[in-house]
Amino acid sequence: MNQVLQTPGPSIRLVTVAGPPSSGKTSLILHTAAVLLEQGLGIGIIKFDCLTGDDHKRYERAGLPVKKGLAGGLCPDHFFIANIEACVQWGISQGFHLLISESAGLCNRCSPHIKGVFAVCVIDHLSGVHTPRKIGPMLKNADLVVLTKGDIVSQAEREVFTFRVRQANPRASVLPVNGLTGQGSLLSAGHFKTAPAIGSLNGMRLRFTMPAALCSYCLGETRIGPDSQIGNVKTMDFT
Amino acid sequence: MGKVNKKSRADTELLTLGLDMLMEKYPYLTDFFSALGIDSFSGQKTLAMLIRSLSPDHLSQFNLDHQALSAQVIEFIAKMEQCRHKIHGSMDHLVIGAGFDKDGCPEAMGITLFPGEVVSVVGPTGSGKSQLLSDIECLAQGDTPSGRNVLPDGKTPDAQSRFSGEFRLVAQLSQNMNFVMDLTVEAFLQMHAESRLIDNIPGKIEQIYQSAVMLADEPFSLNTAITSLSGGQSRALMIADVAYLSASPVVLIDEIENAGIDRVKAVSMLLNKEKIVLIATHDPLLALSCDRRIVIKNGGIADEVKTLEAEKKSAACLAGLDKKLGLLRERVRKGKHLIFDQNFFSTN
Repeated sequence: MNQVLQTPGPSIRLVTVAGPPSSGKTSLILHTAAVLLEQGLGIGIIKFDCLTGDDHKRYERAGLPVKKGLAGGLCPDHFFIANIEACVQWGISQGFHLLISESAGLCNRCSPHIKGVFAVCVIDHLSGVHTPRKIGPMLKNADLVVLTKGDIVSQAEREVFTFRVRQANPRASVLPVNGLTGQGSLLSAGHFKTAPAIGSLNGMRLRFTMPAALCSYCLGETRIGPDSQIGNVKTMDFT
Repeated sequence: MGKVNKKSRADTELLTLGLDMLMEKYPYLTDFFSALGIDSFSGQKTLAMLIRSLSPDHLSQFNLDHQALSAQVIEFIAKMEQCRHKIHGSMDHLVIGAGFDKDGCPEAMGITLFPGEVVSVVGPTGSGKSQLLSDIECLAQGDTPSGRNVLPDGKTPDAQSRFSGEFRLVAQLSQNMNFVMDLTVEAFLQMHAESRLIDNIPGKIEQIYQSAVMLADEPFSLNTAITSLSGGQSRALMIADVAYLSASPVVLIDEIENAGIDRVKAVSMLLNKEKIVLIATHDPLLALSCDRRIVIKNGGIADEVKTLEAEKKSAACLAGLDKKLGLLRERVRKGKHLIFDQNFFSTN
């Protein structure tokens, strides 16, 4: 296996994990990392969050080196893409085999996936059968879709949900993983291991454009009304 | 190489076919286009014409152009057809190769399971029943804590199909599972049947509904919301649905005994569908309705107990007791007194 992991120059395998809030991203990563650690891989974690978050403590408790990035008032996706290269370099300097980045998971328009980097989307079965369609690029452009919380939902609903996910993204592998017991994490670990190794992200491209920004509200405007809306503004059509 | 060319030519032909015909043949295309915000196909004769009629602005929202969309439609149809034609149920037998118990000692034996057979899995809490079920679910190849090998038809499964999650071997039913969708029984069954891409959906719905009502001790209607079904009714509907609609050849059932349904009938319903049924149970009546019992101890398979002829007689006696208990339950439900003497439970 070591042979598979070796590439010329300092490099690291990167996996981006995205998904709505509380869908089980951290639990999936913890269980998957546990399998990989046992196989002798060095793993680092980057946790992106908005205001505060305690997820990094869960990683620390599991003995995983973790860096936390707080986006504050910025769109977490924009913050992510501006910082991920530095994260990769940190991962390389630490000598990890694998770096896993976890997104903040806020809007359904999130799309932190990068061409040439292994992309995972986590959704939970409780989120409803219409969710796979609503989630958009984060799901559509993923290489692996992990479905969580299946242990409390009926078999039939799981089958419908899986079907809907395949409809939204016919290309991806779809795996159920139980975030509590870790059942299924063996297969997700098999996927994480196959992530391409990269030396740098510079020059690489996003799979899909990020949520657009740059209107007056991005810059801190709080007043409401047409006079205060300047820049990239979109209005609803009521005709 | 020639094969690839031929395939892609056949695929591009799809684009020139009549839209009405395609919609009839591939009804899921409606969903595909409505996800892209396209709900009317007025005046467009072929798929290619429909695609050409979409404005580049509209498509750019989805990071698509005409060419990418054409490719995506073809890929989507191919994938859906693959789902439709995949034959899940055709498994001749399932071999579970022996691994190790929690102390690393070799298991007493492996097990081979056959369709149309019901096997119970017994052992105290924490003995490793879940590990066995989980090994089967992920088609363990000596890479789980137990070191077991799970081989459909005795053969090592292809890694690609194992990791892609396309081959779902196992349907699971447990006491913790609930319905979460806000739908009526009928709409729910409709949705599940559609996702299986089967024909004669109304017939299937009726069949499942009738079977579920037969299993449940209280009837319900097709218009009942699935979330408001009682525990027993939900369980009955889940079992009938797994029996008639699930593609998975193996069914794992956990603690069905408290579900308030006719458990012996439930088991025979699953058996008739040529599935391998594994039941984790401590219920004597249920255990005796199985052909054999796998005994789990300290994480390993310790023994296999075949149901004896003499035990089958005990089963008949137990069934009698169970029926009488059922009569008492009915009296409680109707607000009546429960007065009976010891002879009530004597089986003669």
